[in-house]
Amino acid sequence: MPHEISKPSAAKIPARGDVILVDVRDPGDVPPTPPGDALPGAVRTVDLQVRLLDENDKRAAENRAFLQKRGIRALNFVSSPGAGKTTLLERTLDAFAGEVRCAVLVGDLETDNDARRLRREGLPVAQITTGGTCHLDAAMVARGLEALPLDRVRLLFVENVGNLVCPASFDLGENRRITLLACTEGEDKPLKYPPIFTSAHAVLLNKIDIAAAIGFDRAAALANIRRVAPQAEVFELSARTGEGFDRWLAYLRALL
Amino acid sequence: MHELGIAESALALALAETKKAGASRVRRIVIRVGALSGVDPEALNFAFVAILPGTAAEGATVQIDPVAAVAYCPDCQQDFTPDTDHFFECPTCGRLCATIKQGRELDLMRLEML
Repeated sequence: MPHEISKPSAAKIPARGDVILVDVRDPGDVPPTPPGDALPGAVRTVDLQVRLLDENDKRAAENRAFLQKRGIRALNFVSSPGAGKTTLLERTLDAFAGEVRCAVLVGDLETDNDARRLRREGLPVAQITTGGTCHLDAAMVARGLEALPLDRVRLLFVENVGNLVCPASFDLGENRRITLLACTEGEDKPLKYPPIFTSAHAVLLNKIDIAAAIGFDRAAALANIRRVAPQAEVFELSARTGEGFDRWLAYLRALL
Repeated sequence: MHELGIAESALALALAETKKAGASRVRRIVIRVGALSGVDPEALNFAFVAILPGTAAEGATVQIDPVAAVAYCPDCQQDFTPDTDHFFECPTCGRLCATIKQGRELDLMRLEML
């Protein structure tokens, strides 16, 4: 909505610790002005009640059925950019080398840097370049699945576009949604971005190897995760050092 | 900004319905957005402003009805509204509850056509 600054604010400089609040939320159901007069009886109303993500959800259900038929379990990894999704997958893939056959789909706006990092002997990995789209959707994953040789694959890791908002709305056909939170992001991230945590099966608190150095309040972070995502299993780990990985790998093995 | 894609699918549905009904213009589009849907009503509205011109829905009113989140506490056997201070904490017993009964909606509810 366009907004003109009519005059400089006359508000006083707040006392230290106070914050000026600017609330730009929709004030609610304001009766809108219809464009032009309609003749009496000319307006027709249709009740539809269709879900807007219906198309995506149908595709997601197809992906899920496709994967289930092949005995593949799929995980959708979501987080902010830089929370450690790729490093987590690198270590997970190395741990499962020769034990569990995996495949990877990586989504990014541009470049195949992440897919290059994840290349392993005998591992099918495909980069989905979204070209600006801020999330993966079920149709993109379907195309990725067509491109991947999935013979004997048991686990499919989908690394979503780094974004803590949009991927929450899109079912990809995964069996488990895994949300990563790095200690460096701050303890209150779950409270600021609830939907991506509320929809998670598991929350991985990553980079705990540097938690002490940055004064990270572990108890506060865990309490915040619990409040927003009471349903999620919580793992504390470091994808860099491998700390906490035994429990994470056991979680993955239990899916098979 | 996934709101743009969502607005585009809503518009496509609305235009198809308008054609099906033999109407010439869309006058109002009513959409329901749940508090936990991950969709920002203002961004959705902004997306509509961008895509309606030049279509049969040009000038239409986009009405976005918010749907509050509702969670359920199995201990107290009652519904409650999670808020941004307490989230899924039951206001009676303090238990953290994972059962979400309402709030994920993202629906095209109604169309008015001329």
